[in-house]
This record gives sequence, structure tokens and C-alpha cells, in this order.
Amino acid sequence: MWRYILPLGILLVLIAFFWRGLQLDPGEVPSPLIDRPAPNFLLQSLHDPEEMVSELDLVGEVTLFNVWGTWCPGCHEEHEELMRLAHEENVRIIGLNYRDDREAAIQWLERLGSPFERSAYDPDGAVAIDWGVYGAPETFVLDHEGIIRHKHVGEITHEDIDQQLLPLIERLREEAEAG
Amino acid sequence: MKHRQSNPVWHCLLLAVVLLLAWGMAIAGTAPEETFDDPELEERYHSIVAELRCLVCQNESIAESNAELARDLRSRTREMLKDGASDEEIKAYMTDRYGDFVLYRPPVTASTMALWAGPAVMLLLASIGLFIALRRRSQMEDEEVSEEEKNR
Repeated sequence: MWRYILPLGILLVLIAFFWRGLQLDPGEVPSPLIDRPAPNFLLQSLHDPEEMVSELDLVGEVTLFNVWGTWCPGCHEEHEELMRLAHEENVRIIGLNYRDDREAAIQWLERLGSPFERSAYDPDGAVAIDWGVYGAPETFVLDHEGIIRHKHVGEITHEDIDQQLLPLIERLREEAEAG
Repeated sequence: MKHRQSNPVWHCLLLAVVLLLAWGMAIAGTAPEETFDDPELEERYHSIVAELRCLVCQNESIAESNAELARDLRSRTREMLKDGASDEEIKAYMTDRYGDFVLYRPPVTASTMALWAGPAVMLLLASIGLFIALRRRSQMEDEEVSEEEKNR
């Protein structure tokens, strides 16, 4: 009897593991920054080198911090969705322009429209390291106190917004109102 | 019929081109980055970057990878070593930002327990299974022998 049940059991356990493994995305590495305050930084604003952007600009309301660059195909893909979040859902989005050329980035935004309230300019990726960024696009969701509550790796799709981001933003906004 | 003889000069030239290409690739692979004057620092640098995973290309360490992020992390490691940081401080710096996943040898915690203990547990279970199977077989052989003896 055991002769048949045991191998069958082992097979079922293996199938369960492999099935789970197929559904996980190895490109998505959990961030240790979740539930921690935004790392400190001080960078020039993309549009005006005289103006500085820091972690203090992320505090006050529920905010998205989006890592982008003109060289990044996923950033093109998600641009339309970020525009929808910013202009239809009134979500504040601060950009981190990552390893990019200032002029090219400004032109990109002029051509396509800007979802960002402002962007910090990080040409050598120094601040990106402090945020644990390993590619673009990456998007952090911060609550009104500037605590990182969620990280989205890769481009944001229409479904991501409707199923994950908007419900989360809604919840964080309620938290902010409750104090 | 005219037989075309291959020219040894061409062979040599071809070989030279191939060697040149190989040399170029070897240089590109090791990336001409600055080195330390202190051989001890140099050695520590190499052992640290070999143990950090490149998150962009996950099957490479940041020592091997040519990704921009790996290059950034190598130069950060070098800066920290020059500033007198310990190996632990550098690894803590990396895990604070990228999580335990950057370490090829993650610390033993509740979530990595299965990873560390898994192979040993598997080996133990397999040994027990083998032991039981072998003993059963030898018992069966003994019984067969005694049956034969009875029949005699």
C-alpha cells in the first residue's frame, strides 16, 4: 500500500512547489524599505538646478515616488497610466529621474505631458541606491507621513492601478484623514 | 585541376585577429577599474563583490556583471573600503537597501530556514528510506532462504 501512496504524495508536494514557483516573478525582490521612512536625499530639481528636491517633498499627503528615465521602455509603457493617476485620480507623483540626460528628460515630458508634480535629477544613480532601486520603472507608495508602504517593480498597468494601487491609496488617504 | 593552397600568412593573420578579439573580450570582462594600492584591501574588495548578487541579472555577482547597477555598487564598495568600513558594515549597507537577497549566503532566519536546512533534511529522509528498503530486502532474502531450507 505505502509503495503507491508515498511516491504519489511526494509527486503531489513537488507539483505544488513547482506550481507556486511558476507564479512567482524572480525579478521582483521584496524591499526591506517597506514600513520605513523614506531615505533622506537632496537632489537638484530636473527642471531647475537652483531648486532642490528632498524627502520632505514626499510628506503631507499620499504620494507616489516613481523612478523613471527616457531610456527605459517600461517608463514609456506606463506613462499613460501615470497621467491617469495624476490628472484623473489626483494622486501626487514625484519623479526620480534616474541615470538620464537632463535635456532629453525635459523634452520627453514636454512631448508626452508630465504626470509629475516635480522630478528629482539623479544622473549617477546615487540616490537610487539608497532607495534600493535596481531598475526602472519602480514606484514607491508613501503615506502622508512619508512612510514607504508599498513598492511596485516594473511598469504599472491599468489593472495594477485598479486592483492594487487605487484601493491602497484610498486606504492610506482614509488613514491620513483619521489622523 | 588546380589545387588551391591555403596561404600560411592568411592563417597567421586570422589567428592574430581571433586572439585580438579574445583579448578585447577578456579586458571587457574584467572591466578596467581602478585598483587599491593596499593588496589586503584589494583582496577584501574582491571577496565582498563576489558575494553580492546583481539584482538586475540575478545569476551573476556584482563582481561579474557589467550592468550599470553592478558598476555603481562596485564603486560604492570601493569607496566604503577606502573610508575604512568593515566587511560587515558594507554587507549591512547593501542588505539595508536591497534586502537579504543580495547576499549569496543569506543569514539563517525563520524565512531562510528551509533553504539552509532543506538539503540536510532531504539527505536524512533519503538515508532513512534507503535503510528501511535495504533491511526489508535482506529480511525477504532470509525468508526465502529459510523456505528453501524447509523444502530440503
